[in-house]
Amino acid sequence: MWNLTLRAKEISGCGIAGIIHKKGELIPGEMILKAICCQYERGNGLGAGFAAYGIYPDLAEYYALHVMAQNRQALEKVEEFLQKNTFLNFQEPIPTKRVKTIKNPPLFKRYFVKPKLEEEEAEFCNLTAEDDRMVQLVMEINEKIEGAYVISSGKNMGVFKGVGFPDEIAEFFRIDEYKAFIWTAHNRFPTNTPGWWGGAHPFTILDWSIVHNGEISSYGTNRRYLELFGYKCTLLTDTEVVAYILDLLIRKHGLPLELACKAMAPPFWIEIDEMPEEERELYTALRILYGGAVLNGPFAILFAYNGGLVGLNDRVKLRPLVAASKGDLYFMASEEAAIRAICPDPEKIWAPKAGEPVIIEMEEGVIPNQKSYLKPRPVEVREDALRIGYIPPSLFSGK
Amino acid sequence: MGTPQFASFYPDFYIERLWEKCIKCRRCVKECSYGAHIWDEKKKTLLEDHTKCVGCHRCEAMCPTKAIIIRRHPSEFREHALWTPWFIKNIYKQADQGGVLLTSTGCALPFKNYFDHLVLDACQVTNPPIDPLREPMELRTYIGPKPEALEIEEVNGKFRLKKKLPPLIKLEVPIMFAAMSYGAISLHVHQGLARAARDLGTLYNTGEGGLHASLYEYGSNTIVQCASGRFGLHVDYLKAGVAIEIKIGQGAKPGIGGHLPGEKVTEEISKTRMIPVGSDALSPAPHHDIYSIEDLRGLIYALKEATEYKKLVFVKIAAVHNVAAIASGIVRAGADAVVIDGLKGGTGAAPTMFRDYIGIPIELAISAVDKRLREEGIRHRTSIIASGGIRSSADVVKAIALGADAVYIGTAALIAVGCTMCQRCYTGKCPWGIATNNPELIKRLPPEVAYEKIYNLVKAWAHEIKEMLGAMGINSIESLKGNRDKLRAVGLTKEEMEILEVKHAGE
Repeated sequence: MWNLTLRAKEISGCGIAGIIHKKGELIPGEMILKAICCQYERGNGLGAGFAAYGIYPDLAEYYALHVMAQNRQALEKVEEFLQKNTFLNFQEPIPTKRVKTIKNPPLFKRYFVKPKLEEEEAEFCNLTAEDDRMVQLVMEINEKIEGAYVISSGKNMGVFKGVGFPDEIAEFFRIDEYKAFIWTAHNRFPTNTPGWWGGAHPFTILDWSIVHNGEISSYGTNRRYLELFGYKCTLLTDTEVVAYILDLLIRKHGLPLELACKAMAPPFWIEIDEMPEEERELYTALRILYGGAVLNGPFAILFAYNGGLVGLNDRVKLRPLVAASKGDLYFMASEEAAIRAICPDPEKIWAPKAGEPVIIEMEEGVIPNQKSYLKPRPVEVREDALRIGYIPPSLFSGK
Repeated sequence: MGTPQFASFYPDFYIERLWEKCIKCRRCVKECSYGAHIWDEKKKTLLEDHTKCVGCHRCEAMCPTKAIIIRRHPSEFREHALWTPWFIKNIYKQADQGGVLLTSTGCALPFKNYFDHLVLDACQVTNPPIDPLREPMELRTYIGPKPEALEIEEVNGKFRLKKKLPPLIKLEVPIMFAAMSYGAISLHVHQGLARAARDLGTLYNTGEGGLHASLYEYGSNTIVQCASGRFGLHVDYLKAGVAIEIKIGQGAKPGIGGHLPGEKVTEEISKTRMIPVGSDALSPAPHHDIYSIEDLRGLIYALKEATEYKKLVFVKIAAVHNVAAIASGIVRAGADAVVIDGLKGGTGAAPTMFRDYIGIPIELAISAVDKRLREEGIRHRTSIIASGGIRSSADVVKAIALGADAVYIGTAALIAVGCTMCQRCYTGKCPWGIATNNPELIKRLPPEVAYEKIYNLVKAWAHEIKEMLGAMGINSIESLKGNRDKLRAVGLTKEEMEILEVKHAGE
């Protein structure tokens, strides 16, 4: 416990890019590569990565675990763990290519699994139980198996990342051989840690993936808040907390995407005070409850899931973010140049305002296991035996 | 000749009069409520009784020609590391009188002050500091019980709350005024605190002395206290504020009740407290209806029932060894916020041994309570209010980074209205008109002056807090809460750092 609380976060500047096709058509890897390589100066060769959605259509029902391991032994331990806790459908090494500048890369393997559930859970066979179990398993591997990390764990998606410039990492993972309906990419400029393959972006939990440019000054608060809900921050980076906050707010607390974004980058009180009553009550409550989820400090993030891509800036916009569209294609990047490199004539191009999320969801029913988070969903909260703040229903004025 | 009074042989202070400046206007005689300055009518000159001087500096400050200097008495005992003058004189006092040593304010011993071993962070290059003069910087804080999650519904394409939140208290600045009773301090100070609280968007606390009729109008900025003496407590009083604080203990004297000497119980105080004029107001050590945690739950809900669940109930305890477990019990008993008062917390009257030796420092207590509530998964559901020895805006920032939601200040507010920390509040003769009810003395501090000074202090601190937040690259106080990453220790042991959950500077 103590070790955990003393772990440092790391600091980095960065370039980011993302593309989504609203109708779920596949976009070749070269396109995202071009966009991120255009922002070469935003990195320093100490980290790059890609997230691709829709790359495993034949195994779309299985959680695709991309595992990074220091050595064979670590990988064997992971396999032992998976044998015990999951139904393993298929496994293979992630195809890589030798790249001159990349020395001693770790081992990469992917496993397509479904978690074994307790009988009771299995009876209901609901997806939530499966997702929850998967989160637990990933946390356990990352925390307990030395030298092995799960770098992505969503269905029909995967993350490819490592130490190097984006073109090197793309070559290493043969990104040009993949096609995806959503791509995100990252070019990293860490300032205080040596390059570590696990420290590159994107960061993921289930099918949430995040690329992030910025520094989360509220990290200490966020991490402690997440620990209250059983999330363990093990990857030594502030970006990790974004993934867990999304998982908590959207998947577990059922907030619609827009409000989850507003919880992370909330409007100022002076703005809230001016809102009409219902809205004011909503935003006041959002800030009161989710103060621990506020991402304070400069950031631009892109996050994706099976069905959408979202761009979000901090509440005073201290990092750049540009969005554009052409037809069914939507682009987001740190720089306009990155977008114009792959789409010279966008129909619309704009700089999103501070704290205003850009939410692009795919049209309904165009991909398998499609998720949509635009609507509020029923809340799933722990049993409240404590009755904190209890008011007899007959006296409670809030309906 | 009677028995010699040893204590009177060795005064603490020495009144030095600069005769070349003195015009014998006798202002000093008028100002000194302790009678240390004497006018000799026969010789037409001024005399001093050094034994009566408490070191309040009132005469020095008021002397029109600046002809007075108050010094420590130069008379010295032979040096002895163990038997310092403090202990020698205390023994003389007790040998003379056979009583409990009394004093005021908070712990005066140089225990390690953890605030002074913590330094703050600031942004350089990798993230930009934020300038509060140019960007919004938010200190607003909500105190009270919070649900685990929000229930949202969509109506006509708009999101709204399915269920509203229970009542919470809004603070525009996370600094409240600690419980100081009317009686312990003058009505004028209370009026100043109440008005300042209203204009600052924060709360003041009545203490256990009831609420003077003139202060009911400040209800929405008032916390009323329910302590073991139940002085001045009736249903209109309970309903007057926005919160009720059950005072179990206070940092200056954990384990004993309050003590208002009869000298301070004037006509008005007697009315407000509902006790006879001139009688000592002694609160019992325990609440006689709380002998266990389930009894506390009983009182919490009795107060809630009496106020129709419209008021929040805080529970205030002194920070003692087992503070984390006690605080957790308090939250579980149904309190809406837990108030922790540390070793350095002040008082108007306390036995010296209690003031100086009982309780633990607030910094360690905040961290321990915050940690315990986190481990139990309930930290985000409740509020922690910390008090006891908060001297500056940096102390406020550090307290919040260690896990507090808000702080109380007491002594700092009194210093703002002129207190010089002479530590003689219990005499009721405060020459500055603060800790007294003497009708002549209280005129020295009009309510408007008290208001202005207190308001200015908190306004200045709020500005400083904004600057410090901005330097750390955050623009809202909630991102500081529990954020130990913003703190580093200088010169603390491993164990201390572990309790505070901070790293050493350089790490």
